[in-house]
Amino acid sequence: MYGRLPIVKMLVATVALGAALSAVMVSIDWDGQQGSTAAPKIDDLLNVMIVLSSFVFALVMVMLFYALWKFKAKPGDESDGEPIHGNTKLEVAWTIIPTIIVLFAGGYSWKVLDDIEEPVKDPMIVDVFSQQYAWSFGYPENGKVWSDGELHVPVNQQIHFKMHALDVIHSFWVPEWRIKKDNVPGITTTAIVTPDKVGTYQLVCTELCGFGHATMRAKVVVETPADFKKWVGELSQPIPPDFLESIKQDTETDPIPLGTGGA
Amino acid sequence: MVAAIKQPGWIRGALGAIAAAAFGFGLVIALRAISDLPLYQTEQTGYPHVVVPLTLAPLGFLAGFGCFDYWLRWAAGAPTIPDDHSQHGAKSWKDYFRFNTDHKVIGIQYIVTTFFFFFIGGLMAMLIRAELAQPGTQIVDAATYNSLFSTHAVLMIFVFVIPVFAGIANYVLPLMIGAPDMAFPRLNALSFWMLPLAGLLFIGSFLAPGGAFDAGWTGYAPLSTGAPLGQSFFNLGVQFAGASSIATALNFLVTIITMRAPGMTFWRMPLLVWANLSTSLLVVAATPFIAGAQFMVLFDRILHTNFFEFAAGGDVISYQHIFWFYSHPAVYIMMLPGFGIISEVISIHSRKPIFGYRLMALALIGIVVLSYSVWAHHMFVAGMFSWLRVPMMLTTLLIAVPTGIKIFSWLGTLYFGKIHTYSTAMLFALAFIVTFTIGGISGVMLGMVPIDIHVSDTYFIVAHIHFVLFGGSVFTIFAGIYHWFPKMTGRMYDEKLGRVHFWGTVLGTWGTFIPMHWVGMDGMPRRVADYATQFGEWNLLISVFAFMLGAAQLVFLYNMVVSWRFGPKAEANPWRGNSIEWQVSSPPPIFNFDEIPRVVGGPYEFGVPGAKHAIMAGEGAEVPAGEPSVVGAK
Repeated sequence: MYGRLPIVKMLVATVALGAALSAVMVSIDWDGQQGSTAAPKIDDLLNVMIVLSSFVFALVMVMLFYALWKFKAKPGDESDGEPIHGNTKLEVAWTIIPTIIVLFAGGYSWKVLDDIEEPVKDPMIVDVFSQQYAWSFGYPENGKVWSDGELHVPVNQQIHFKMHALDVIHSFWVPEWRIKKDNVPGITTTAIVTPDKVGTYQLVCTELCGFGHATMRAKVVVETPADFKKWVGELSQPIPPDFLESIKQDTETDPIPLGTGGA
Repeated sequence: MVAAIKQPGWIRGALGAIAAAAFGFGLVIALRAISDLPLYQTEQTGYPHVVVPLTLAPLGFLAGFGCFDYWLRWAAGAPTIPDDHSQHGAKSWKDYFRFNTDHKVIGIQYIVTTFFFFFIGGLMAMLIRAELAQPGTQIVDAATYNSLFSTHAVLMIFVFVIPVFAGIANYVLPLMIGAPDMAFPRLNALSFWMLPLAGLLFIGSFLAPGGAFDAGWTGYAPLSTGAPLGQSFFNLGVQFAGASSIATALNFLVTIITMRAPGMTFWRMPLLVWANLSTSLLVVAATPFIAGAQFMVLFDRILHTNFFEFAAGGDVISYQHIFWFYSHPAVYIMMLPGFGIISEVISIHSRKPIFGYRLMALALIGIVVLSYSVWAHHMFVAGMFSWLRVPMMLTTLLIAVPTGIKIFSWLGTLYFGKIHTYSTAMLFALAFIVTFTIGGISGVMLGMVPIDIHVSDTYFIVAHIHFVLFGGSVFTIFAGIYHWFPKMTGRMYDEKLGRVHFWGTVLGTWGTFIPMHWVGMDGMPRRVADYATQFGEWNLLISVFAFMLGAAQLVFLYNMVVSWRFGPKAEANPWRGNSIEWQVSSPPPIFNFDEIPRVVGGPYEFGVPGAKHAIMAGEGAEVPAGEPSVVGAK
């Protein structure tokens, strides 16, 4: 009836293009420096998705450009194409195969989510206070001392950040940790992070909070437990009373943000 | 003069607006005087003497302009003025500035108005990119910057992308299904006239004390409930845009369900009709949620209802749930009509039936159903109950399946066809497949909770939304405009200029939005007037491409305006299409058809020997046995 397609050649082209794209894309350091135990897991997930996506994209490109090359009408050709209305096997295939791929992606994501939010028995609690346009931090386990604008945490220790917003919504993000969580007025939200590299980072506000949003930053220092102990021991200011009041008023609607694995 | 005041039109409209505003102002002042309050309340969330007149003035305008005349007379039992159809059609440009019930006139009104807002919104995008070309503050201060990106997004979403599709469908859809007009022509006209009012409220907010609304198009509480007066303009503008959308969607639903020509079964509807059916199902059920959300914010602001006031027991996160319950379906409201356009364009220009037509239609319905169950993927880091994340992630990922079906079916349509790429519409359709695939892929990545935790609210999101909304929706809009330009204007556009516009737009889009993925992943948050110097070079590059993208749109504008005025006359069917709109003259006769056509086959039967989609009046063709032969069923 109508001609056959060079399926094998097209598949080879797809695999070659997909492999080339993957090789280039995976070699790029997209997310930047890794600074927490969650970071490599999230970056691996991203890389797996990049490889999968590269092959999907390669398939679409090969299909598209082969068709444009092979079936482009000759100048002056006013005839119609072949009256093909569909192909049930093909249509079933491109319904089922993507379903399997996205369910795999979903399952893998779920696993990663559970991993990065797995709570340990003895986490350290740090309070995060956000207001237009400043961050401050309370250490309830270290004599309720308070640090204005600078966050210090010990390395290799799981921290549960308990977040409180005093005016509008802010969002807590340390790019190297790959962890982000909104600070919401009226409720306490929680983020779990285990920093695993000593260094200085930046805390970035990622929820629009007014004209000072772009400059709402704080210094983050991850240090050895000994250094941290020394630093926190030198803090003398207690958590201000109105901040404590805010903690009391906040309801904790979702105490430990587990994936559904724990629920 | 008295006659001018009695006649519906601009003078009576202006008087109506002034009278309604004066009434609202007087009412507020009188009530405050009686209650022994200071006459003016000028806390930034207050201003009742501005907000109340602002609510009433548009209604006064619509009443004065003549949108309600027929209904009011009918309701009052007064003799209605019979529609003598003298207002049908447009003989000069002035007729586009009147209350007109002709779906073709309304279609043009929609398209021109929405493109006006597209260019204003685009200008704001240029200002945004100029500010971001370098780190630091150069052109606008941070507060103005927040107003600019908020207004840019709101204009593009609410008074460009959503309604321009309604405009294209308004023109084309009744013709496609063989209907003389929409089901409710007066409601159709009212829907249109609410739209410029919404746009004016959005733009007018720049005049408000404290500047235009600046809480983003998402307007999250409590930033929005405490924002300056401009936010109330946004709350009100959304009501008019939303009411316009809902009324149009009802109109499309009734038109599509009840007014198809004899013989046009559901499985013989062109996919553009299927797409607008699906979109309308989304609009009627979802849009009331954003209307509600914005009323709640407005009431919190001026009546202290405390829906979202945490100190008074309100729930901050509930705003986001209500907002996204609309605004996620809204992204499909902004995409499904585009899917319909692409199906029409690709089928005609590859001279092939749509591959897997029924699965294409079912995929649209699948997207409609799924899109109601994914809204919380915008809230993975919002602090909502965390159990909700995984189910919403799975439904979000599953939406890739019907979307993938559409991409593969378009590709399948190309195979064994005769692909013509002389039309700019086809170029945009093909570029759409590439660009939308990238946008879809980044969408799947965003659907995965762990990746979203990292990139949420960064430039990765900005990249993704522009890939799907600009590289997706806007490309389909351009395809649709070029495709039906000959039908709408009776003129041909210039394909050379079309190609300049096409390449400028495609390269501009990729150059602007591809690097944004990376700066986002690497740590640049969105909605910032200033950023870390490490992102300076990338942002300069992005801005250069953005300016190129902006310049390309001027070519489009020139091409459209000049071709509409001076272009060569178009034939009835320049692309050799099968669907009914191509079987009538360009532009179509004033009442579309002398006699309602009879549909006797599918819409895309290219290459099928002897196949016909519709038999037009006077064709003298035999209606095959078993087909309804009633013509013009009333």
